[in-house]
Amino acid sequence: MFEQLSDRLTATFARLQGRPRVTEADLDEAVRDVRVALLEADVNFKVVRQLVATVRERALGERVLESISGAQQVVKIVHDALVQMLGGGSATPLARAERPPTVILLVGLQGSGKTTTAGKLANLLRKQGRRPLLVAADVYRPAAVDQLQALGKQLGLPVATVRAEAVADDIGTVIAAASADGRDVVIVDSAGRLHIDDAMMAELEAVVTSARPHETLLVVDAMGGQDAVDAAAAFKARLPLTGLVLTKMDSDARGGAALSIRAVTGVPVKLMGTSEKLDGIELFHPDRLAQRILGMGDILTLVERAQEHVDVKEAEAQARRLLEARFTFEDFYGQLQQIKKMGPIGDLLKMMPGMGQLAKQLPAGDKAEKDLGRIEAIIASMTRAERADPALLNGSRRKRIAAGSGTTVSEINHFLKQFAEMQKLMKQVGGMAKAGRLRLPGVPR
Amino acid sequence: MSLFAGLAKTRSGLLARLFGPKDAKVTPEWLGALEEALLRADIAVTLVDPVMAQARDLVTLEGIDTVPKVLDAVRDALIRVLGAEDLVLRTSAVRPRVVLMVGVNGSGKTTTAAKLAKRLKDAGESPLLVAADTFRAAAIEQLQAWAARLDVPVIAGKPQGDPAAIVFDGITAGIARGSTTVIADTAGRLHTKVHLMDELGKVVRVAGRARAGAPDEVLLVLDGTAGQNAIEQARGFTASAGVTGLVVTKLDGTAKGGAVFRVAGELHLPVKFLGVGEKATDLVPMDPRAFVEALLPRS
Repeated sequence: MFEQLSDRLTATFARLQGRPRVTEADLDEAVRDVRVALLEADVNFKVVRQLVATVRERALGERVLESISGAQQVVKIVHDALVQMLGGGSATPLARAERPPTVILLVGLQGSGKTTTAGKLANLLRKQGRRPLLVAADVYRPAAVDQLQALGKQLGLPVATVRAEAVADDIGTVIAAASADGRDVVIVDSAGRLHIDDAMMAELEAVVTSARPHETLLVVDAMGGQDAVDAAAAFKARLPLTGLVLTKMDSDARGGAALSIRAVTGVPVKLMGTSEKLDGIELFHPDRLAQRILGMGDILTLVERAQEHVDVKEAEAQARRLLEARFTFEDFYGQLQQIKKMGPIGDLLKMMPGMGQLAKQLPAGDKAEKDLGRIEAIIASMTRAERADPALLNGSRRKRIAAGSGTTVSEINHFLKQFAEMQKLMKQVGGMAKAGRLRLPGVPR
Repeated sequence: MSLFAGLAKTRSGLLARLFGPKDAKVTPEWLGALEEALLRADIAVTLVDPVMAQARDLVTLEGIDTVPKVLDAVRDALIRVLGAEDLVLRTSAVRPRVVLMVGVNGSGKTTTAAKLAKRLKDAGESPLLVAADTFRAAAIEQLQAWAARLDVPVIAGKPQGDPAAIVFDGITAGIARGSTTVIADTAGRLHTKVHLMDELGKVVRVAGRARAGAPDEVLLVLDGTAGQNAIEQARGFTASAGVTGLVVTKLDGTAKGGAVFRVAGELHLPVKFLGVGEKATDLVPMDPRAFVEALLPRS
């Protein structure tokens, strides 16, 4: 999502770091590059102007022109200014009412993704053991209520409706009855509206009065432009906004506009939408995102995803077998399944420090997934005996597997060779580990 | 609502600085305000920088130094970027004309499809709507609700059905009914999702099997509040679905839709319609001069 911004800044910094001493012209050029990079990332004009001024001022203040480590200093100054813009710090959790139900109101412009976010948020809270109730309060867009009801059905969660002529009152009634029905969190999906539509904004004020939300979240499209900040400021002027949800973060949009909202209004980003699927929502971590923008990877999110999707005991058992060269196709197949659950390979690579560039060299889009899919198909076409003992795989068996997996015999030969090499390598590593020369976490000596 | 009604709301502040007294001389402050107006309209910095350089040259090299004259030059430069060819909906030699609506999620495809049907119906045509967004929950119901409201026939698929098959059925139905234009609404998709873009490519190919030469128009619906990602969207959709024109929506807010300049300029795609409100009649044909003057009004 932020690759282009991060690439641009990386190139700028690389150039600067190549200089023995930073001249005034170098500094001007770097500042110009930073300005263009930020504007192309849709960072708000005012925020860019301020950020550029800050960078220049600090650079001159710290006398980077006279210093031998001037380039590093400029890099650090830009880094710090960016982190400051993103808000820094760790994730801001969602508020929880002392006395249930917790009421969460979603507001925003048309098409920002409120209804989808309502479904995802309900799913997230349900996974945490909460009992959500969805309220379909978008009575204007044709079939918006049907959309939320369909999502509720997919999730097995109740969806309450309100009368078009009594939106605010009915929301209040639904919330009052929620606890009795055993619901401890109520998510209200409001209609999309323009920030300059006075009547519609007044309706939202009435909803806030009757619903008394613990969280009023503004849903913001990550692909938005310069106007996003003005729109958000207008929402904030009339509603008690407590947080932002950035949607469509799985696009290649750089999200600078949405991120500028925090810088200008002070409202923190709490959640981000990362796919069209109902589990595509994550807590927002400003510090991790700053690192990702700057091409420093996001190892924490990677570890978390692994913890969520990987069975630790099974992984340890596999690691042991791997080091003893008893790692079979069956194990490999299991690992593939677990990795797939964690998300697209390209995304995972981008989270690893220094791997951002490698991720880009991966074949475009879903090709990496397709390659893995072929390997999966090959293994799936083997018998159990063949998976345990590759030596069984003679020519006719290979032919059968090729036919079964829609691949060719030469692809299978190539894959078998790679697998054998990996086993050999792992045996050596395993030997080193046993001899105590190498310690691997989770592997007993 | 017209473009100019929306504009009145933003006349204060910035634009007040842009439109000083008549024949005011260009100052560095004024140039700063001009740059700000262009950037805040989401015009790409790669376009704004040369336009600003040109404006400065006018002042320093050619001695053209009054605000109205420089503004005229800037407006003309922007109008040239938009181009003047192929601005109206293409016709087809064989009936029905086939129009596909494509775009990212939430840009306003379904609403635009309905508005376009209304426009054609009011012009005496008999349009047919095709609901081929089988992915998003209740998207089909949304277009059906519009169709009922506009009294326009609609062919709808089943949720999770094959969109290409529905478009094929829709065009076939259009031929049978003697419809003049078939407008197919497709599911919103991010241009970065390869399999979804492949699916759209298939929809386009299958449309050509239902009626040779179809689709006549593939309209990319761009959210007027979108920023610089618009160019990436346009590249992605053009590569997979052969976009022939653009529709810019949501211009009834304070956003100016300036991201479309780079799209139109770099990909040579004409803007054909503008969405300027929520009512069925709020889709207006593109007028490059009016569009630019909404951005940089005449005092």
